[in-house]
Amino acid sequence: MKLPAVKFDERPAEMHRRDFMKAGAALATVTLAPGVTLMAFGGDASAEASASKRWGLLVDVNKCAKDCDACVTACSKENGWRLPENPETDAQWIRKVNLTDKDTGREASLPVMCQHCEEPPCVDVCPTGASFKRVDGIVLVDKHICIGCRYCMMACPYKARSFVHEDLTDQKPWAPRGKGTVESCTMCVHRVDAGQKPACVEACAATGNGAIIFGDLRDPESEISKALANYPSTALRADMGLNPGVRYQNL
Amino acid sequence: MERTIYREIKVTPQVIQIAVLLGAFILAAAVAVLYIEAHGHIVTGMTNQIVWGLPHVFAVFLIVAASGALNVASIASVFGKTPYKPLSRLSGLLAMSLLAGGLAVLVLDLGRPDRLIVQMTHYNFSSIFTWNILLYSGFFAVVSAYLFVQMARGISARTVKVVGFAAFVWRLALTTGTGSIFGWIMARAAYESAIMAPLFIVMSFSFGLAFFILVLTLSCRLTGRVLGVKLLNRLGRLLGIFAALVLYFTAVQHLTSHYWARDGGIEQFLLFDGGIYTQLFWIGQVLIGGIIPMALVFHPTGGIKPASSIVASVLVILGGFAQVYVIIIGGQAFPLDIFPGYTVSSSFFDGQINTYTPSLPELALGLGGVALAVALTGFGMKILRILPTNLSDVNVGQS
Amino acid sequence: MKRLLVILMLLGGIGLSPAFAQGLGPDIPKATGQPHPEGNLFWRMNHMRLLQHDRDLTMHNGDRHIQASLKTCVTCHAVKGADGKPVGVDNPKHFCRVCHDYAAVKIDCFMCHNSKPEEKTQAYLKPKIPDSKELAAYLKETGQ
Repeated sequence: MKLPAVKFDERPAEMHRRDFMKAGAALATVTLAPGVTLMAFGGDASAEASASKRWGLLVDVNKCAKDCDACVTACSKENGWRLPENPETDAQWIRKVNLTDKDTGREASLPVMCQHCEEPPCVDVCPTGASFKRVDGIVLVDKHICIGCRYCMMACPYKARSFVHEDLTDQKPWAPRGKGTVESCTMCVHRVDAGQKPACVEACAATGNGAIIFGDLRDPESEISKALANYPSTALRADMGLNPGVRYQNL
Repeated sequence: MERTIYREIKVTPQVIQIAVLLGAFILAAAVAVLYIEAHGHIVTGMTNQIVWGLPHVFAVFLIVAASGALNVASIASVFGKTPYKPLSRLSGLLAMSLLAGGLAVLVLDLGRPDRLIVQMTHYNFSSIFTWNILLYSGFFAVVSAYLFVQMARGISARTVKVVGFAAFVWRLALTTGTGSIFGWIMARAAYESAIMAPLFIVMSFSFGLAFFILVLTLSCRLTGRVLGVKLLNRLGRLLGIFAALVLYFTAVQHLTSHYWARDGGIEQFLLFDGGIYTQLFWIGQVLIGGIIPMALVFHPTGGIKPASSIVASVLVILGGFAQVYVIIIGGQAFPLDIFPGYTVSSSFFDGQINTYTPSLPELALGLGGVALAVALTGFGMKILRILPTNLSDVNVGQS
Repeated sequence: MKRLLVILMLLGGIGLSPAFAQGLGPDIPKATGQPHPEGNLFWRMNHMRLLQHDRDLTMHNGDRHIQASLKTCVTCHAVKGADGKPVGVDNPKHFCRVCHDYAAVKIDCFMCHNSKPEEKTQAYLKPKIPDSKELAAYLKETGQ
C-alpha cells in the first residue's frame, strides 16, 4: 500500500492555524487579565520568550518568616513534586534555609531555588546541551535530551538541582518530570509564558509576607527593577560572578 | 639476543577458568545495570547530595589507568628505551581495554543509558565532558593506529615513532580532560584547582603502570612465557617513582588548598575530621598506595625480588582507588558553602556532612568494568600477536 | 527473494483486505474534537516528527501556541476506562499504546509526560480564545 508522501516542511493548514492561535492568545491574555498583564509585564503578550526581557526574583529576607514554607508547598503543588518523604533522594526544587550568623548570632530564613544565572555553570558543563538558558534568562533542563549524567548537579554552586531517582506517575501536564533525568526550579515557566507569576511568588503574597517580587529585570519600570535600584541587594555566591536572576535583600 | 617473537596466547584450562570468572563478574554487572535501570537510582547509595558514587570511582580510576597503561609504549617509542619495546603492544591493548571498561561503567550508570544516541548527536562544546567524549573516541583511533603500525610489516621505525608520539600527546590531553572534569568545578572547594589535571596525569602514570605490571606478570605466568626479573624490577622501580610523584602532587594540592582560608574547612575535613575519608586518605592513599610500595621497590635487598614489584602494584592500585574515592565521594560529602559566615540548616542537608553507603549493584557494576577491561585484554592477546614469547633479561637487553 | 515477496504480499494483504478492519490490525479508538485537516494518515505517518519539532519550539523558545502538542493529543484522544475516567498509558487501551503495541515501538514520552488529559480545574493555563462577541466588545472598548 502506498502512503502519500508529505514533506515535513509542507504541513498543510499549518500556518493558517498557528497564526490564528497566536492572534487569539494575545487578545485573550489582554481580555482575561486586564491591567495586571499590561502594566506588570510591559503589555506585550508575546507568543515566544523574548530576549528583551530577563525574568528575575527578588527575595526580601526581612519579610521572609522563619517558620513559613508557603513558597515550598506552593511549588510542590504547582509542579507536582512531593514534599520530601525521603529527603536524601526526593527532588526539592525550592527549600527554606535557616541561617545563623556565626559571629553575631543574627538569624535569618530564606528560600533557595535555581538562581537562573546569566552564566550558568550547569549549562556550561552539560554534555548534550539539555541544560540551557532561554533568551529571557530562565534556566531549564530539556529532559528530552538529558542523559542523566548529573554533571550539572556537581557544577551548581547552589545545590539547586535534583535527580529523579524513581519512577513517577501523574505528573502535572505543564511540568513533565521523569526517572533518570535532572530537574530544578523552572521559575514556573508555563505560568510566565501565560503572563502569570510563579507559584511561590503568589503563595508568598497570599500569606501577607510578600517577600518575593517577580518581574523583568530589563524593564526599568518594573517593580523588581525599582526595588533593586532603590535598595541594596546581593546575589548568592556573588564572588563567582554568575550574575543570578534571583537576588536577595537584607541578607 | 634473538628477535622478539610475538604469539597469540594459548587457551589452557587455567585461562578458561579465569575467563569464566571474569564472565561471572561481567554478568553480575549486567544484572546490576538492568536492576538499576528498572528501579531507578533509588536502589543505589547515590542521592541528591552524593550525586556521583562508586561507579564513578571505578570509571574514573579505569579511565585514568587507561592512559597510564600506554606509558610503557611511549617510553619505548617516544623516549627510545629499547627494553620496553617488546612490551609496547600489550601496553596499547591494555590502554584501550581499560578505557573501554571505564567508559562502560560510566555510561551504564547514566540516568538514561538508553539515550546514549542522544549524546552522539547533541554536543555542547563548552562542556569538558563533550571534549572528553571526543578525546576518548580519538584515543581508540590513535592507539589502534599505533598498534597497527607496530604490528604491520614494512612500516618504518620513523613512522612508528611519529604515531607513538601522537598517541603520547593524545593521552596527555585525555588525562588533562579527565582531571579538568573536577578541576573546572568552581562550585566545590574540594575540586576547583588547576592542579587537578597534572595530578590526574601522574595518577595515570602510577595506576596504569601498576595495572600493566599485574597483567603482564599474570599473562606470562598463565602462558608459561619467561619474564625477566630485571625487567620486572625495572618496571617496579619506575612505579615507585610514579607513586612518589603522586604523593608530591597530592601534597601540593592539599597544602595550597589548606593555605587558602576559604578552603580551610574542606581540608580540615578531608585530612583530619572526615572519618572514612580521612582514613582512606592517610592509610589508603598515603600509606598503602604510596609509602609501602615505594619502600618495597626501593629496598636494597627486598626490592630485587619479583614479588616486591607485584605486591607494590597491587598496593598502588588499592591506594589509587582510595585516592579516587576520597576525591569523588569525599569532595561531595563536604557541604557547599553558599552562605559564608553562617551556620545553615534546611530540609536539603545544607551545611551538613553528607553520608554515602555504596550499594551492591554499584559495586557489581564497577567490578564488572574492571573484569571487562581484563577480559578484553585477554581476548586481544588471544586473537592478536601481542605478547612476546620470551621476555627474559638476556633477550630484552639493557639500555 | 521469494520469501521477501511472500512477506510483502502478506503485509499488503493485511493492509488492504477487509481483515484489517475486522480486528487483525490495531483497534484505533475514536477521538473527540475537530478532525485533523491534514488527515489521519498524515498524522499517523508524521506525528513523531511533528511532536519533536514543536516540542523544541515550546521548550527552547517558549512558543506555547504550537499545533503538535502532546497535551492536546492526550486530551482529544483520551479513552475512557470502566470508571468513566480517561485511562493512562499503563492501560493497553490507551490511544497511543494501541498502535505502538501493535507495531512494537516503545514510546518514550510518558516516563515524564502525563498520559492522561489535564483536569478541567487545571485548564487555567490555556489561553482562552475569545468568541466573536467578546472580540467585538474588546475592540470597541479599546477604540480600534
